[in-house]
Amino acid sequence: MHGFANPTRFLSIARPLTPWLLGLGLVLAGGALAWGILAAPAERLQGETVRILFIHVPTAWLGMAGWTAVAGASVAELVWRHPLAAIAGRAAALPGAVFTALCLATGSLWGRPAWGTWWEWDGRLTSMLVLLFLYFGYMALAGAAARDGAPSRIPAIFGIVGVINVPVIHYSVLWWSSIHQPPSITTGGSAMAPAFLWPLLVATLGFSLLFAAVVLMRMRALLAEAQLEARLRRRAREG
Amino acid sequence: MRETLDPWPFVIAAYTLVIGVTLVLVGWSWLAMRRAERRREETRK
Repeated sequence: MHGFANPTRFLSIARPLTPWLLGLGLVLAGGALAWGILAAPAERLQGETVRILFIHVPTAWLGMAGWTAVAGASVAELVWRHPLAAIAGRAAALPGAVFTALCLATGSLWGRPAWGTWWEWDGRLTSMLVLLFLYFGYMALAGAAARDGAPSRIPAIFGIVGVINVPVIHYSVLWWSSIHQPPSITTGGSAMAPAFLWPLLVATLGFSLLFAAVVLMRMRALLAEAQLEARLRRRAREG
Repeated sequence: MRETLDPWPFVIAAYTLVIGVTLVLVGWSWLAMRRAERRREETRK
């Protein structure tokens, strides 16, 4: 793991990997969405509204996975001082925030016809909104640290503390009374019919590959900017 | 009694939003990466 933290080795892996992740992600996500909207059946109780499942669940998963990645990068930065850890945390935060916002928006669009309301202050929805605000806070702190040369420990500590919210989101539907349904897929199996489960799994895989591609592209951009800045500073010092 | 809404406008809005935002995110990340790596290579010369 430590070996991959070397920027040269990272680039030698990231350069060929990026187009593969991007291509596979676009094919799988596009195919699964076409499957979900054109071929999947309407559900007995929710009717056609259930098609929102194929985009809502992947965005929710990536919102939570994104913060888990931020927390992992923060641990690596604080404990091992990996040179790429702060860059990885910053790179994962923006797509994590985007998918969290998409999860809230698609949930709202599902809730209106299914529950009769756009929004309810219940445990699942509120903890997801808190996650979005945590992303905003992390991005502001990490951006300030990168811009002003402030210690990157502060966003890293914030990233680790914020991970408490991830299990709160997951268990919120079990801990509190909620209008949101409990998890349909657990480690014990799936309560979902195969006609819904398969397009959902393919969509989740496709969007996860796209998320990984975006993180790699953002890491490469942030790394190139840092290397450019270091080179310009060195030249200025040398006169 | 709750009103019965046509679900299709909600389904189409959700798909349009997710597909559009994802494509913008991917495209913007790709362009930002290409621009940053080109600038780094230019200063190397």
